[in-house]
Amino acid sequence: MNMVLPRKTPDARVAQITKLAVMAVGGQGGGVLTSWIEVVARAQGYSCQATSVAGVSQRTGATIYYVEMIEGVDRQPVFALAPSAGDVDVLIAAEMMEVGRAIIRGFVTPDRTVLIGSTHRALAVSEKTMPGDGIADADEVKAAAEIAAQQLILADMDRLAVDQGSVISASLFGALAGSGALPFPREAYEDAIRASGKGVDASLRAFAAGFDTARNGDTPEEEPEDTPPLELVGPAREMGKWQALVARTESLPKPVQEMARAGLMKVVDFQDCAYGGQYLDRLEQIIARDEAAQSWALSTAAAKYIANAMAYDDIIRVADLKTRQPRLTRIRAEMGAGEANLVELTEFFHPRAEEIASLMPAGMGARWEANPKRMALLNRLFSKGRRLRTHTLRSFVMLHFLGGLKNYRMKTRRHEVEAAHLDAWLSDSLAVLESDYALAVEMVKNRRLIKGYSDTHARGLTKFGTVMGAAALLEGREDAADWMRRLREAALQDPDGTALEGALKTVRSFV
Amino acid sequence: MAERSFKAEVEHLRKGDGDVFTGEGILAITKALLENGVGYVGGYQGAPISHLMDVLADAEELMGELGVRFEANASEAAAAAMLAASVHYPIRGAVTFKGPVGVNVASDALANLCSSGVNGGALIIVGEDYGEGSSIMQERSHGFAMKSQFWMLDPRPNLPSITKAVKDGFELSEASNTPVMLMVRIRSCHVTGSFETRDNVPPPLSVKEAIANPQSDFNRVVLPPMSYVHEQDKIKNRWPAAEKFIMENGLNEVFGPKDAKLGIVVQGGMYNGVIRALQRLGLADVYGQSEIPIYCLNVTYPIVRDEFDAFCAGKDHVLVVEEGQPEHIEQMLGNFLYKAGAKLKLYGKDVLPMAGEYTGQVMLDGVTAFLKKAAPDMLPGQVRAPNQEAPAIPDLSKTVPIRPPGFCTGCPERPIFAGMKLVEQELGKHQITGDIGCHLFGSLPPFEIGGATMGYGLGPAANAAFDGGGERRAISMLGDGGFWHNGLSSSIGNMVFNKSDNVVVIVDNYYSAATGGQDVLSSRAHNDTKATNNPISAALKGVGVEWIRQIDHTYDVGKVRDTVREALTTHFKGPKVIVASSECMLNKQRREKPIRNKAIKEGRRVDVPRFGVDADVCTGDHACIRLSGCPSLSLKRLDDPLRDDPIAHIDQTCVGCGNCGEVADAAVLCPSFYRADVVHNPGGFETWRAGLRARVIGWLQRRRDARRVRMQDAPA
Repeated sequence: MNMVLPRKTPDARVAQITKLAVMAVGGQGGGVLTSWIEVVARAQGYSCQATSVAGVSQRTGATIYYVEMIEGVDRQPVFALAPSAGDVDVLIAAEMMEVGRAIIRGFVTPDRTVLIGSTHRALAVSEKTMPGDGIADADEVKAAAEIAAQQLILADMDRLAVDQGSVISASLFGALAGSGALPFPREAYEDAIRASGKGVDASLRAFAAGFDTARNGDTPEEEPEDTPPLELVGPAREMGKWQALVARTESLPKPVQEMARAGLMKVVDFQDCAYGGQYLDRLEQIIARDEAAQSWALSTAAAKYIANAMAYDDIIRVADLKTRQPRLTRIRAEMGAGEANLVELTEFFHPRAEEIASLMPAGMGARWEANPKRMALLNRLFSKGRRLRTHTLRSFVMLHFLGGLKNYRMKTRRHEVEAAHLDAWLSDSLAVLESDYALAVEMVKNRRLIKGYSDTHARGLTKFGTVMGAAALLEGREDAADWMRRLREAALQDPDGTALEGALKTVRSFV
Repeated sequence: MAERSFKAEVEHLRKGDGDVFTGEGILAITKALLENGVGYVGGYQGAPISHLMDVLADAEELMGELGVRFEANASEAAAAAMLAASVHYPIRGAVTFKGPVGVNVASDALANLCSSGVNGGALIIVGEDYGEGSSIMQERSHGFAMKSQFWMLDPRPNLPSITKAVKDGFELSEASNTPVMLMVRIRSCHVTGSFETRDNVPPPLSVKEAIANPQSDFNRVVLPPMSYVHEQDKIKNRWPAAEKFIMENGLNEVFGPKDAKLGIVVQGGMYNGVIRALQRLGLADVYGQSEIPIYCLNVTYPIVRDEFDAFCAGKDHVLVVEEGQPEHIEQMLGNFLYKAGAKLKLYGKDVLPMAGEYTGQVMLDGVTAFLKKAAPDMLPGQVRAPNQEAPAIPDLSKTVPIRPPGFCTGCPERPIFAGMKLVEQELGKHQITGDIGCHLFGSLPPFEIGGATMGYGLGPAANAAFDGGGERRAISMLGDGGFWHNGLSSSIGNMVFNKSDNVVVIVDNYYSAATGGQDVLSSRAHNDTKATNNPISAALKGVGVEWIRQIDHTYDVGKVRDTVREALTTHFKGPKVIVASSECMLNKQRREKPIRNKAIKEGRRVDVPRFGVDADVCTGDHACIRLSGCPSLSLKRLDDPLRDDPIAHIDQTCVGCGNCGEVADAAVLCPSFYRADVVHNPGGFETWRAGLRARVIGWLQRRRDARRVRMQDAPA
């Protein structure tokens, strides 16, 4: 049945076709990079073909470009129109997760692929929308790239280009030239950039940066190691009190000290040294019930979350932060404003009745909060978007005044509520300490769920309550702490608490 | 003005005899049209042939010189209908649109055109949107050719073959009085290469000349009894004429050795893929010279039986490589073989998958599977008995997030969906249909608004079942492109006529934006050859919509929210239409950025807005992102042991559209956003006033700092 054809030797020239794929995020200039590559190849006497997929994927989606080339042919070779798994010589990925996608698709193989990837991240929507930390693990991709690639060039190509006032296509083109994957001289690449005639100087600088990185390895961004850690500053009288607080932290167990220092700074910056003293009082009470055998896990967690709880996000704090002197300097730098430029600022506030009432003296605030009619009145009077132009004196002085209400803060309704909440949280958490140390630690850590402002804050509080409430279900189980952690992580997965609901269902099913 | 300009490339279209053209497939097709004496061209944009429309628009001047009429048709149906000019007049016409969705829209006109038959060559250039990069349902245009009896060309994906197909298509059309569809796949449209050009040829009879001598013939009208005659004519005359032309002119190609016991039948568009598989198996050389005979169907419909029989003579095994489903060609070939009582074994969708793109790996696997059965000796030893262990590369499929397309930075549609999301939080979930266009991205996270799309301009029509009313009103999305394409009649007219009580949100971004920013009737830009600036609201009034709300600044999230809420809760009975208008940011930036940079250079006062987030105010809850999804609004990890979650961060690609501030305000999110307006070249008074303010503010700050302990100034 099987017929035999005279077998010829496979054409060695087939192996000489260079196959190059570019994987990018729509809008990164993958098309420009591809056309540069084509121009170089043709100028060097290669027969070359490029293809791309134009379409909606170019609206911020993952997209791919593909080039094949071969030297010294007298007729048109037959090139493929798309990359094949296991058959790509050069893979350029313009973002770290696109590096990962290239590996998943089999376009990076140890026998042949030069992988040029940018380590910077353009986060996908799914990574950003999670209330917790949904950022994908770039280290995993890096580890896989090290195994999958024959030659690996990984660097923050985006930064290299932006630093030169250019875009990533230019630095990647430089890295391609520097990688030596194609047998073309550097000048040939640069000529291609010149021929394109747009933003040539900046492109050439970014090209050089990419080229050098490919040749000499990535020079990591200078770590701000020599810059000292942030310190508190202030008038001599106050600094004396501060130093006394710092001295108190030195007597804390070593593993707790670092977090306690950070927490103390946050609390004192939020209010004053007396408040910092209260923070240490609370912490020391917990340390007294903790032990070295547990590596002081409870105290470390408490040092972190008590500080966060005490430095709650009230109007006074926000107003203070928004009117501090270094802020404008920081913003000017971020916006790239020069000496001659003016910078005008607009802040977006939307106070509701809840915020106004929380700013009232504790007793009065509680009464107003309990009275729907009064709350409705407050909403009518105050609840609307307020755009404060804080470069103008009128708005600045208003915020500056609010930010200066620290002495009054301790008497506000908000402080009363926060303090009560803090006490309840700690006492609930410590209630299980004797029977289940690990569960107590997890319960302390649940404070992470409370964040955001207005509705987001309210939802966080509800979730916090739900998760804390599960302690009653879990108490006595060996895996109680583990489940408490899982519930918290579920709560951080989506805003509406769907994942938390599911996790709770599971918990209820086995208790 | 389209997103991409081909003004420079269009100059290459003037090349003449003996010159070489190097560039993209799309441009090559345009050049071939001009070389073949086309009299009129038209079409409707859509990937992957959007750029063909852009090239034609940019080449309008050159075409004018040649006496070629260019029409940017209102829809694919309009484009196909335009080919009516070739029914009576010996004028070559070509239209282009995407397939199969564009062919769906065009099918009414195409069916009529095919029944009437043509006198002048009629060419339909279809960009088949199938496989990776496609934005539509995965179907084939092939079936349309079979049902209406027009011919289908699927040339090999290189410029000489594609341009030859244009010439062949016109000639085949004229020889058989039948329209011809030239199908180019996604990558063929954008494949680059070279071909030898010829002089452009003005149409022997231009449309302007033709209209001076009008012609009609009721025999060509699709009415009984002529329609019965047309059907017979298709089968008895046009089909045999086409077969004869295809054979005599060698439109299909045979490659490889003459005598062999096996062979491959391949669609022209799949040829390179097959060759690559053979190259990898050591069975073809770099030029595609194959050791296995290949019958390359540059014409995929009709299949010329005599040619196929000749190819099969003496063969025991034949593989059909046909992408997509159903396997029309394989069925037809199987039918031929069965009826002839042939013994040879036919392979196709048994060794290759029925559904999905024929990627390099799929093709390699399929050809290998075929050879394993038909001629295992031909396979390299490696394939027959693989002994090399594949290296274990960690599985990243759970690590790498999907990255579907979405709204661009600063897109004016984002705040519309943010506003609608806020209404959803207030009033609950509503029945919402989407439509075709960028706004369909609203159905994806983070908004997840809209659950169906039934076709271009059919969003409101897709909610017609709910037009009778109920507890909650249904909402439909519609783009400006879709509105003018089909929506005005099929959707809005339908609602008015049926006394719908539902709500429509028309997303008006001044362009047919998803397809590359082509102008539509309501575009705001001046266009020398097209009538723009026809307001959508005027058209709505014209068809009888009484409740119309025009939003001229979609970034006003609060206004969007209030308007949508009003539409859902008003006592007014009847269709409620909100027109939300703001310019596509991609196009706006392209237009304004150079002007702005020039103004700054010239020393004029320019105010450049951008947004920022105060890191110490942001708590990292990401609520703002869940109402945005903007690429420039991202996350940043802080070097602070007290913080668990990354905080929001706006990078320098922000265009200062305003959405962040509006959403923070309308959704009562948080006060961490700020807008910074950097004023370039400020006036003297301004600078003086700013200095004064700075002095007062600095004094206040120093005064407070003198009394408190505070975090030291962060190093800038």
